[in-house]
Amino acid sequence: MPREDRYNSREFLAFIGASVLEDKKTVFVGTGFPIIASMLAQKTHAPKLVVVFEAGGLGPLLPELPVSVGESRTFHKAIAASSMHDAMSLSQAGYIDFGFLGAAQMDMFGNINTTVIGEHDLPKSRLPGSGGANDVASFAQRLIIIIAKQSKRTFVSKLDFLTTPGFLDGPNAREKAGLPKGTGPYRVITQLGIYGFDERTKRLKLISLHPGVGVDEVMENSQFEIMLPDKIETSPEPTDEELRILRQEIDPVGIVLGK
Amino acid sequence: MEVLKEGKGELLGWHDPDEARDWVLKNKSRELKDKTMSAKEAVSRFVRDGDFIASGGFGHIRVSMAIVYEIIRQKKRNLAMAGKTAVHDLDILVGAGCVNRAEVAYSFGHELRGLSPASRRMVESGQCKVVAETSNAGYQWRFLAAMMGIPFIPSRNLLGTDTGSYSSCKVVKDPFSGKPINLIPAAYPDVAFIHVHRCDIYGNAQIDAILVEDFELSRCARRLIITTEEISDNEVIRREPWKTAIPFLVVDAVVEVPYGSHPCEMPGMYYYDEDHIAEWLSLSKTQEGVDTYLSKFVFGVDSFDDYLELCGGIRKLNYLKRREFLREPMVAPWRK
Repeated sequence: MPREDRYNSREFLAFIGASVLEDKKTVFVGTGFPIIASMLAQKTHAPKLVVVFEAGGLGPLLPELPVSVGESRTFHKAIAASSMHDAMSLSQAGYIDFGFLGAAQMDMFGNINTTVIGEHDLPKSRLPGSGGANDVASFAQRLIIIIAKQSKRTFVSKLDFLTTPGFLDGPNAREKAGLPKGTGPYRVITQLGIYGFDERTKRLKLISLHPGVGVDEVMENSQFEIMLPDKIETSPEPTDEELRILRQEIDPVGIVLGK
Repeated sequence: MEVLKEGKGELLGWHDPDEARDWVLKNKSRELKDKTMSAKEAVSRFVRDGDFIASGGFGHIRVSMAIVYEIIRQKKRNLAMAGKTAVHDLDILVGAGCVNRAEVAYSFGHELRGLSPASRRMVESGQCKVVAETSNAGYQWRFLAAMMGIPFIPSRNLLGTDTGSYSSCKVVKDPFSGKPINLIPAAYPDVAFIHVHRCDIYGNAQIDAILVEDFELSRCARRLIITTEEISDNEVIRREPWKTAIPFLVVDAVVEVPYGSHPCEMPGMYYYDEDHIAEWLSLSKTQEGVDTYLSKFVFGVDSFDDYLELCGGIRKLNYLKRREFLREPMVAPWRK
């Protein structure tokens, strides 16, 4: 958790999410943080980032935070208001640079569970299911995952259900399963740090710690062992202007970012 | 083709393509005839107990709520529903005891508003079964295969995951590339209901927004009920035929219901009624609350107009219009 009075951890996560995105690329977004991060990126370093919504909104100029990935805000002043078939086919054909998802549970290969906690047929807790997540993670060139609360409950050794593919069970597993070549998880963002994946083993590897966070905190909040780089960076911090945009222009009610 | 893997999900709504063609030949008239009727008549004629149903739009957007409420009012039972990002509609239908099986891409949640107390309770207590899992593209392409009149469509999603293992798909070796490829089976819902901006009396329907999956769903459903904000002259439809998303050939009933998506959004017309959705999310935390909601808003009213009156009437509807056009600030009454 950033030890800063200037912002809360959710605002920080949104800022970090935005910082990972690049200008003149396409991003296919899920509900919540991914939309907010994309909106912030567009208003700062990535004005030509094209945001794609699964229900058919392509490249909108988002006037406010959409509550749903299918509502009219998602095709407000868009380049096209088409269909799910169009959005998903473009993705499968290779037009999506970044997929951007939130998750409930993740393992060391970046596989995600958003379906059930417990047994599938009579679950302890039923979650919404894949939605478009399995599709985005299968098709997007680089997948970004946000987990707002990294803990032993969310960073798990074994998922209750593998909803959405990361690197499956390791090197070459995606290609072997038939998933598009060269795709897969790229970054994982939590309240503690930014992670990537080790090129050889495809396992989660720390890139940077957020200000004030120690390595021990990262390790304590995971069931699996997180790989460490030779040199651990410190994550960047948001400027006052970026915080103003998040609070005043993007989520004034505090639906995702809180108050 | 060599089958590499088979999903264990129940194969809902699949038919042999020749059988599907026979059904179309016998049941779908090519005659331009007046199909207007009430929601009550449409549901009693076209929705049967045990049917596999699908609702158009997406989540809380462009949903045929008039038909959802009528299905509850007529106490249809043992329905299976396509959870093709079916959210408010599925939540209420499961909570009301009409739907007890679902094939799920996305359900049991209200996106940013949080999870669905009613339908989750029914799943977690075994009263509603999730008979198959899939993804949004997975469902979309089930409808695509069916509207094309083919048994399946190949895809590169769902591979390597439990979502795939619990789906009704099969993975085979692609005879062209030699790589594993997923085969998504066609789905023909017994009945679908889709809300549109305008439609003529014959069923030629126009949608002024993203189509989501309704281009495909309208063409593969065996029976199709269109609810529309307004009935337009055939001449109006023919003036801008490029807007026609659904041709009359596939339509069985046309029901005129202004504000018929309430409390869900109708793009370009009115926004979500967040107060109403918040009331449902709060009441539906208990089964007694679900019953209270249904007796007030579904069984307690005679018409959709009376229902709208109960939800705040013209004052509320005018507010929802201003909100749709960004002339009112965001609200989130369901936020804890």
